Amino acid sequence: MCASAKYNTRGPALIPRMKTKHRIYYITLFSIVLLGLIATGMFQFWPHSIESSSDWTVEKRSVHDVPVVKLPAESPIPERGDLSCRMHTCFDVYRCGFNPKNKIKVYIYSLKKYVDEYGMLVSNTISREYNELLTAISDSDFYTDDVNRACLFVPSIDVLNQNTLRVKETAQALAQLSRWDRGTNHLLFNMLPGGPPDYNTALDVPRDRALLAGGGFSTWTYRQGYDVSIPVYSPLSVEVELPERRPGPRRYFILSSQMALHPEYRSDLEALQAENGESVLVLDKCTNLSEGVPSVRKRCHKNQVFDYPQVLQEATFCIVLRGARLGQAVLSDVLQAGCVPVVIADSYILPFSEVLDWKRASVVIPEEKMPEMYSILQSIPQRQIEEMQRQKWSSVSNPLFLPLIPPQSQGFTAIVLTYDRVESLFRVITEVSKVPSLSKLLVVWNNQNKNPPEDSLWPKIRVPLKVVKTTENKLSNRFFPYDEIETEAVLAIDDDIIMLTSDELQFGYEVWREFPDRLVGYPGRLHLWDHEMNKWKYESEWTNEVSMVLTGAAFYHKYFNYLYTYKMPGDIKNWVDAHMNCEDIAMNFLVANVTGKAVIKVTPRKKFKCPECTAIDGLSLDQTHMVERSECINKFASVFGTMPLKVVEHRADPVLYKDDFPEKLKSFPNIGSL
Amino acid sequence: MQARGRYLLAGLAACLLAGLYLRPGRRRAAAASPPEPEPEPRRGSALAAGPAEAGGGRRARGGAGPAGGRCRMETCFDFSRCRRHGFRVYVYPARGRLSEPQRRVLRSLRGSRFYTPEPGRACLLVLPLERGPRSPDAPARPPHWNGGRNHLLFSLHRDGPLGFEPGQALLAQAGPGAPGFRPRFDVSLPLFPRRLPQRGGARAGPFPAPRRYLLVFEGQRSPSGLGAQTRAALHNGRDLLLLTACRPGPGARCDRPAAAADDARYDSQELMQNSSFCLVPWGRRLGFFRFLEALQAACIPVLLSNGWELPFSEVIDWNKAAIIGDERLLLQIPSITRSIDHDRVLALRQQTQFLWETYFSSVEKIVLTTLEIIQDRIQAHISRNHVMWNAQPGGLYVLPQFSTSLADFPFYYCALGRSPAKEFTAVIQAASPLLSQSQPIVRLILAVAKSKYCTQIVVLWSCEKPPPPRSWWPSVPVPFSVVEGEHKTMSSRFFPYDLIRTDAVLSLDEDTVLSTNEVDFAFTVWCSFPERIVGYPARSHYWDSSKGWWAYTSKWTNEYSMVLTGAAFYHRYYHYLYTFYLPGSLHSMVDQMANCEDILMNFLVSAVTKLPPIKVTQKKQYKETMMQQGSKTSRWADPEHFAQRQACMNSFASWFGFMPLVHSQMRLDPVLFKDQVSILRKKYRDIERL
Repeated sequence: MCASAKYNTRGPALIPRMKTKHRIYYITLFSIVLLGLIATGMFQFWPHSIESSSDWTVEKRSVHDVPVVKLPAESPIPERGDLSCRMHTCFDVYRCGFNPKNKIKVYIYSLKKYVDEYGMLVSNTISREYNELLTAISDSDFYTDDVNRACLFVPSIDVLNQNTLRVKETAQALAQLSRWDRGTNHLLFNMLPGGPPDYNTALDVPRDRALLAGGGFSTWTYRQGYDVSIPVYSPLSVEVELPERRPGPRRYFILSSQMALHPEYRSDLEALQAENGESVLVLDKCTNLSEGVPSVRKRCHKNQVFDYPQVLQEATFCIVLRGARLGQAVLSDVLQAGCVPVVIADSYILPFSEVLDWKRASVVIPEEKMPEMYSILQSIPQRQIEEMQRQKWSSVSNPLFLPLIPPQSQGFTAIVLTYDRVESLFRVITEVSKVPSLSKLLVVWNNQNKNPPEDSLWPKIRVPLKVVKTTENKLSNRFFPYDEIETEAVLAIDDDIIMLTSDELQFGYEVWREFPDRLVGYPGRLHLWDHEMNKWKYESEWTNEVSMVLTGAAFYHKYFNYLYTYKMPGDIKNWVDAHMNCEDIAMNFLVANVTGKAVIKVTPRKKFKCPECTAIDGLSLDQTHMVERSECINKFASVFGTMPLKVVEHRADPVLYKDDFPEKLKSFPNIGSL
Repeated sequence: MQARGRYLLAGLAACLLAGLYLRPGRRRAAAASPPEPEPEPRRGSALAAGPAEAGGGRRARGGAGPAGGRCRMETCFDFSRCRRHGFRVYVYPARGRLSEPQRRVLRSLRGSRFYTPEPGRACLLVLPLERGPRSPDAPARPPHWNGGRNHLLFSLHRDGPLGFEPGQALLAQAGPGAPGFRPRFDVSLPLFPRRLPQRGGARAGPFPAPRRYLLVFEGQRSPSGLGAQTRAALHNGRDLLLLTACRPGPGARCDRPAAAADDARYDSQELMQNSSFCLVPWGRRLGFFRFLEALQAACIPVLLSNGWELPFSEVIDWNKAAIIGDERLLLQIPSITRSIDHDRVLALRQQTQFLWETYFSSVEKIVLTTLEIIQDRIQAHISRNHVMWNAQPGGLYVLPQFSTSLADFPFYYCALGRSPAKEFTAVIQAASPLLSQSQPIVRLILAVAKSKYCTQIVVLWSCEKPPPPRSWWPSVPVPFSVVEGEHKTMSSRFFPYDLIRTDAVLSLDEDTVLSTNEVDFAFTVWCSFPERIVGYPARSHYWDSSKGWWAYTSKWTNEYSMVLTGAAFYHRYYHYLYTFYLPGSLHSMVDQMANCEDILMNFLVSAVTKLPPIKVTQKKQYKETMMQQGSKTSRWADPEHFAQRQACMNSFASWFGFMPLVHSQMRLDPVLFKDQVSILRKKYRDIERL
């Protein structure tokens, strides 16, 4: 899922290509900034396909002979940032609509050297970090070199660190960009905003309507739905390799590693340490380091020296306190170390908070509750700490999640797949038509060499009967989302399943209504792990467990027809059609994988085709068939990359099944025991 | 990046943390130092903070302070008021005339579990807004006003404009405009229609089916906004319907669609229910109403946003339920809506139903959501995360005071890709004195202790006599404890005792008869349905139209809607919810009658899950045995007991505002139950033996 992988191998770059460790950082950063913009609204409207284009070419430019631009003292300065800006007021969406494929395109201004009237440099052209950010963009699919096609504009003027900026002159440089237009659709990146003494939480360079991807926004300066909050880059995170630590308890409970803390905070922390002893460690910078030891890599407590950032791995919780600026680079170090950040910075907008749920990866404590920090952290359940340490948020996306019992009145559509067993087919149709909730019957005629019988020969039934002729004899035809299916519920049934009673089918439908997101069916099967062969094995014996129901007779939501036809992973669909087998197992895998839930086997029914048949029907007796079915399971498990099937030990029967109770008072008396 | 990526935010989040913070370090290329564009004057990173930054400021708040009338929780709210008594809400008595919506909001506030009649104990004080013109220095300085600190005003559309500066008071307002809205301080409300029920509220609509129309819009013929030309350009009469509701006349108001001749055959509600997408000009009065109507009808709102705050946007992820668009791209709407995948349409529609039902379907839900959002801010470290707000069963039923970890709740096993731990605690309610070792409770303890999933047995001693000594009890291989409740009440059986550490609780009456096999089987079933009650004795309810009330029945029927907690598994979170979510009035009703606690638990769980409980098969002598053995003391034999239960049902239904119980027609049996195979092949043999 990582967007970054895709961009690694792209071609030429605007700025000489650099294979550095920082690149992926910036690629990801940029992707997520765009994602943040998308999530904030404007682009949410946007129809997708950001396709790769191969038609752009960028000449490699040497950074040494960039044109020089002189900024006269009276050259215009943009307005200050407009705090009321929102996508609909300050953003020009039409710029993004010009290209036919609705691609979001990003243009990067060419590199220039800006000097003031006296020939002094306005800024240090471009920092390594900004350079890499631009490279990441120009390597990505978003990049365009055609200024007329661009939706977003990124200046080649580095404003990452306000400390190094000449604010007024930088603003003048921005204002003379060819498409500046009050900064509309321009995107600026800034990690260290503000300057002494008041340290504004957003870039001080007047920028009018430009969008800002900034580190250290506060709720006062952040324009929700317009700006994007980004993390403050930490060089250490990139330089130092830390081994992965498994979730679990650590040596220290709370650790503070920041150096330049306000004295008030430091005394708060030291009080905490005095109170709780060994479990709290408050570090500071080292004063007596020998020559040549980089002080950024060491922290001290009294006379003890610790390696930084390695020491962060020794703690469960690591404190990220506000400094002069709200955004702190230590947050990156802490996350990298697998320590759970305790963010104490009122009004701080955490990075990417539009798309990330920080409550699941960090603890945010109001500044005024700092003295209670220890007890607050102690009250966090161990499970949650481990979840936070893992920093992995998986989720099953299942659009059929609503706990809603569909109305009975809609009924179901029976879909019978048939080839040429007309006699048996007609019997099935007659039997199924007796089920009260049947609302339509669809016959999928899979024989291209023979026409279905004439209309007059078909059984006369009380519901509409439709015959669909397929163009190819494929098993997947049974799962096609035909327009004729108007009900939510589908009953898939083979043309030789004649034993199921009307009561059994009606009951199956009632059970499906209680579990509309599951496969609810009659023939139950099981998968087993074969320890000798070291692979999965298909089991059709009578067992105490069930993990699949065959779609020779099963109810399911028609949504799964859509999924089977259009979203089946890998080559499973073709494989099934080529082998003419296992479409039912594939459906079981698909549904279990999407929902994470088990199937429901209904009623004790074991024989489906004739009373004399063995319980394991026809085909299934064939040994090669069993081998093939086992192969299917192994094949599908490898395509899905996991074994999604869930094993259960229950089946659904009517409430009064086999109870000592007058049969005529039971809703479903006719439930066969075999 | 395909736009699909945005549906995979979770994946991306993981990606961020992995990619952003871990990978770069891991992939460090040898010493390939990049060519610097210019020699850097500074050593190392361009981002090294300047020396001036060291020792940075404390409480150096950026931007304007409270003086500018702008507020944030940390500047305008006194957290210390909430510390002593928790999150309590006081409501000032109203003096003037109140609008109907205002009155209904106040009613819900007073009925909520946060309400306190003492202003001194309150964390939040709600000031009713009286109708009519207000003086700019109003609100007439209520006794605890203090510049508006810790005050909450519900400014509803029928109250007219606020007319004064709210100062430091929080403002809950329907659709506040962007300029005045104080993010993470004010709360954006929906504009609720007059017919919205006070509590309860309709269940979500029918299971979303594909719709006939792709997009509908029905608006007034107004010169602004969606012009007639645009509408005509979009309208195709087939699957895109952009209609005009009423004919403009001189001074005519368009409250009821007078339907232009061409549009006569369309009814507004029916249109929405038959369309996948509904165009909502959000930001206009009409749009505010249409928005909720569309949500209710499972029609995905396509918001032509002007940037105003969506209701409860602080916690609700509207991207999962609506398309947030831009009026300027109106003509692209058909192609945009057509390009949205079938599965995403289904997901969006389901989310509309979830959000509608959870947060908007009654006045009470709107009020409670407002309060819970504010409470989450006050206790930021004990607050709901994104998932809790945006996934079933929603923020109102997930109390972060129980736990802030998703894994501790019964609702998220699937989402987390986990299954419940294979262990349970048996909790046995003992109310009668123990005289002999042959009493059923002894056999019960022995049978339960033999289950391999049982990790603990707790006896809740609610008999007036003291419990027998430890030596009297049978010796069992699992930890065994007797808890003597402080209050020996019925409700105390569902108290969230710290002792109960397992997710699964097996609740038992002292006279229940169960075999180890039965316990094991019910537990394995529960593991598949951890959010429900799974157990043995089932009961049902029905509407008795002749008497006009809900009737309770213990007869054998073809369906059931309750599983009694005399022998049932459920998640321990329901103990917490029972004790802290339900009001004192229902607790005391149960305690006074010493009855109905099991019915109340069923009401609660079904209200949360919207699903029926699950009955598993049992040996049929259960009932008879119970009747014989316990009959002398059993409360079951008492006819009045039954009448009480009937009354309970109706009281509970009226508190919930609707009947939460749902019927089921199935029972879960072991796969080979009563099948004609050798008993030796069956895993749960005892269940069949009589």
